[in-house]
Amino acid sequence: MTKYRINKTRFVDQTKTVSFTFDGKKYHGFEGDTLASALLSNGIHLVGRSFKYHRPRGIMSCGSEEPNAICQINDNTDLTEPNVRATEIELYEGLKASSQNCWPSLNFDIGGINNLISPFIPAGFYYKTFMWPKSFWKKIYEPLIRLSAGLGKSPTQPDPDIYDHKHEHCDVVVIGGGISGIISAKIAAKNNLKTILIEDKNILGGSTIYQNNKNFIIDNQKSNEWLMNEISELEKLDNLIIKTRTSLAAFHSYNYLLAKENISDHLPLDKKNGSIRQRLWKIRADKVIVAAGAIERPLVFNNNDRPGIILANSVKKYLDFYGVSTGLNNIIFTNNDSAYETAVSLFDKGISVKIVDIRKRSSSNIVKNAEDLGIKIYWNSTVVNTFGYKKIKSIEIMNLSEDGSNVTGNKHKIQCDCLSISGGWTPMVHMHTQSGGKLDFREIDQVFVPSEKSGNHINVGSCNGDFELEEIVKNTNNKVKKFLNINEGSFDKISVICSKESEKKNIWLLPNTISESKTKSFIDFQNDSTAKDIKLALREGFKSIEHVKRYTTTGMATDQGKLSNMHALGIIADTAGVKMGTLGTTTFRPPFTPLTFGAIVGRSVGKFFDIVRKTSIHKWHVQNNAKFENVGQWKRPWYYPINNENLHEAVQRESKAARDSAGILDASTLGKIDIQGSDASEFLNRVYTNAWSKLGIGKCRYGLMLNEDGMVYDDGVTTRLGENHYLMTTTTGGAANVLFKLEDYLQTEWPELDVYLTSVTDHYSTASICGPNSKKILKKLFPNKDFSDEAFPHMSYQDAIIDKTECRIMRISFTGELSYEINVESKYGKSLWENCIAAGEEYKITPYGTETMHLLRAEKGFIIVGQDTDGTMTPIDLQMDWIVSKKKYDFIGKRSLYRSDTIREDRKQLVGLLTDDPNEILEEGAQIVSELDKKPVEMIGHVTSSYFSPNLNKSIALAVVKGGKKMNGQKLFVPMENKNINVTVSDFIFLDKENKRINA
Amino acid sequence: MFVINCPYCGERDQSEFSCGGEAHIVRPKQPTELSDDEWAEYLFMKKNIKGVQFERWNHAHGCRKWFNMIRDTSNDKIHAVYKMGEKPPVI
Repeated sequence: MTKYRINKTRFVDQTKTVSFTFDGKKYHGFEGDTLASALLSNGIHLVGRSFKYHRPRGIMSCGSEEPNAICQINDNTDLTEPNVRATEIELYEGLKASSQNCWPSLNFDIGGINNLISPFIPAGFYYKTFMWPKSFWKKIYEPLIRLSAGLGKSPTQPDPDIYDHKHEHCDVVVIGGGISGIISAKIAAKNNLKTILIEDKNILGGSTIYQNNKNFIIDNQKSNEWLMNEISELEKLDNLIIKTRTSLAAFHSYNYLLAKENISDHLPLDKKNGSIRQRLWKIRADKVIVAAGAIERPLVFNNNDRPGIILANSVKKYLDFYGVSTGLNNIIFTNNDSAYETAVSLFDKGISVKIVDIRKRSSSNIVKNAEDLGIKIYWNSTVVNTFGYKKIKSIEIMNLSEDGSNVTGNKHKIQCDCLSISGGWTPMVHMHTQSGGKLDFREIDQVFVPSEKSGNHINVGSCNGDFELEEIVKNTNNKVKKFLNINEGSFDKISVICSKESEKKNIWLLPNTISESKTKSFIDFQNDSTAKDIKLALREGFKSIEHVKRYTTTGMATDQGKLSNMHALGIIADTAGVKMGTLGTTTFRPPFTPLTFGAIVGRSVGKFFDIVRKTSIHKWHVQNNAKFENVGQWKRPWYYPINNENLHEAVQRESKAARDSAGILDASTLGKIDIQGSDASEFLNRVYTNAWSKLGIGKCRYGLMLNEDGMVYDDGVTTRLGENHYLMTTTTGGAANVLFKLEDYLQTEWPELDVYLTSVTDHYSTASICGPNSKKILKKLFPNKDFSDEAFPHMSYQDAIIDKTECRIMRISFTGELSYEINVESKYGKSLWENCIAAGEEYKITPYGTETMHLLRAEKGFIIVGQDTDGTMTPIDLQMDWIVSKKKYDFIGKRSLYRSDTIREDRKQLVGLLTDDPNEILEEGAQIVSELDKKPVEMIGHVTSSYFSPNLNKSIALAVVKGGKKMNGQKLFVPMENKNINVTVSDFIFLDKENKRINA
Repeated sequence: MFVINCPYCGERDQSEFSCGGEAHIVRPKQPTELSDDEWAEYLFMKKNIKGVQFERWNHAHGCRKWFNMIRDTSNDKIHAVYKMGEKPPVI
């Protein structure tokens, strides 16, 4: 046993040794230890350097509030994890941990120089200092700041661990497995309510489980023994789920809870493999009982941050729970009775202990107990300084003046190797406020307590501001019974004896003899903000607590101010001379403790990150070397390279083939909406800009859909299949939104219309064959069909049979070529496609992808919604006046087309651009200017589509330019990083303006 | 994350729904008769109040029906849920 492992407890199995390394050195602890308790048992206090001044820091607490002991785990691998709290991580065989924020080593840290120059780096230092010269920012200041910013090292490899999500519904959730949580869970579960008890530690019991002081008696037993029996009874209850190692991350409204369960973090490395690491529980509960407990406050005095200064109740936990003494010569510095329990515990183990108390006296049983044992108590005294660089060696104390605002008398120096501090308790009201609850300020002991109006949750125990054992037990019992409508409970006749505190005193910033500017009284230990930083912020005019917080970074570290927020508030209130209750608090945001990204995303990683949609022809594309492009969730063939062709070469070949002979495109991804009902024609009249009533059965028409603000929303061809039956196509990416919008109008604005909409995108697969030889290929596929222009004109459709399967043939074109689209039920898609390829072989039918499709339509000046439009383009801007019906009384967006803004002549309008050098290809998104000399240069538009056209043998581009309609022939410039490209505005239809090819 | 009582399906998680903004704004029957200002009033001027608000909601990942909801935006308390076309209940 090590020098500091002085006690045997039931919680640490001292027969099972566990070895681990810290900063490369090997140590031993036992099963049941945390990393922190194991380090302390080896006499190690110094575990890290502080963020700003690089001061040596030691373990300060035993839980999630720990500001200093944050470690890097598995430091030598690519899968290292930073900022793990040593006080929370359970020791396992092979654990490798190291300190953070120090270089070259924990014991000798160059950054420690910041401590010496600290008078020159006050709060707001970065805001004030790196202002000038401006040119220094990018090369000098920013890299410097980045070097010193951040805690720990990030892993460089993807996380290989498995994370899980699970949904759960129940009657009651109890948050916290301390004494009040255990009482609540038992009452609920015994009354046939399905109950979940959540506890973040590995065992239940909270701080009562190691409360072995004889002053705390329940039903004639020591409180820890009583609770032990209760826990074993609890474990027998059927409708109670106990979730240990599970921490509540968030408590949202409507009792929706997120809780993270650690499943394999505590297991030795060889046993972790393959098992789930963490599970995020998503719980919807009828009622929630918060029993989250309280966190002990530190005290704020000069040099209150040295290694060896530890919260008093944590000292007791290390002693009575882990069997570890944090020092052999202890001083306790307190403003309340609870620290006396620590003193008595230390004394019982034979460890030297003295007490410094800021109060003049206290008459409670526990204080009397300490006095009777002969423990030396310095009443009405405060610590004014501490000594020892890497570990505390001694302290200086002085008497307090009558009102506590100053110190009097002589300094008295006392040697020690551990200083236990206690500034009282802060109820954990995070859960309550996260769910929308408000807080009240209680003057007597300076705490914020939950204000419960009504609702489906209550707070019990110390998170409700009940700190004495008797009131915890009795109030919890009464409150839970009332909350759950239960008349009789198991705890109605319980007898509790405990020490009661009557004298209370609190001083947020303890007085000193030396001037404040020369002290370092830390409030936020992790972010190194001190009392004088807070006061500086106030002097500089910051008044709101939220502003002071951000300016001084108090409470903004990974511990989220669990130890610091109350002191910051108190010092602001005292300095500004206002009542603390009037200041409010900063917002308590989830998560309560940091969550891993793994737990947040769960199984939704890699292939499961998002849905991937593939057409029925996908396999053929893969076999034929297609490169794919993501369009929404769809995988669409982008181009089909042959013999190491690059994108450009493949697209040039494909587009030439499509215009010279025949090309084939998988168009299955286009959105398809089946529209039926006696008002279907009227409905289309209202949603499209053009007229639909006179469209004959068997005919197709292109339609443009606007938003109510007049801007182009979507486009596509709609076919009239029958008197009251249409098939609408939409853009691939817009399908879901178009359906959503159409349903909205049908249900809310025009419920009188008899129209039914069905999404049939996935029902059909589409092969689109285009090119001068396409008709010949169609004839081979459908020998019995008449494809003459008279029998089957452009913009019409016919039913047909292929391979005994029904299909629809639409003669429509997005390329400007003679073109047919064949639709079959999806399951026959691949077979249809292979038939088309076989039939087209003699014409060298060439499969082409989206890139070639974009090029072909750009040659023809057809827009792509979303590429050539951006939600600010009207059909008039797109020079598509021909599609806007003048006769129709109304359609979606009509009125907006003649608002004062939409009729402006200098709006951005669609134009064609030709580069003076026909081989120069513009970059899509490039900006367009008319004058190069004018400064600042005015941007008058941008390039929306740009390609090299193999059919025209020159570069072509579509662009939107202010007032572009009237600029035909005008010279403009596209300034790039190294040069200005000269361009000429042209017609945006580059090829076959007479529409001859469609009927070729 | 609240629970919404869809008038067609019953209680479901908020993640199944999408909000469509302020309710009871009727599309003008004769938009062409309106001045620019009047049309702009319909088109752009939506309330976003702290307190009790009338909203349109859609059960997008469920029955896809639109309905109305009275919600207090300050605490997400839902006062009432009612079908499209129905008069809002008095709260």
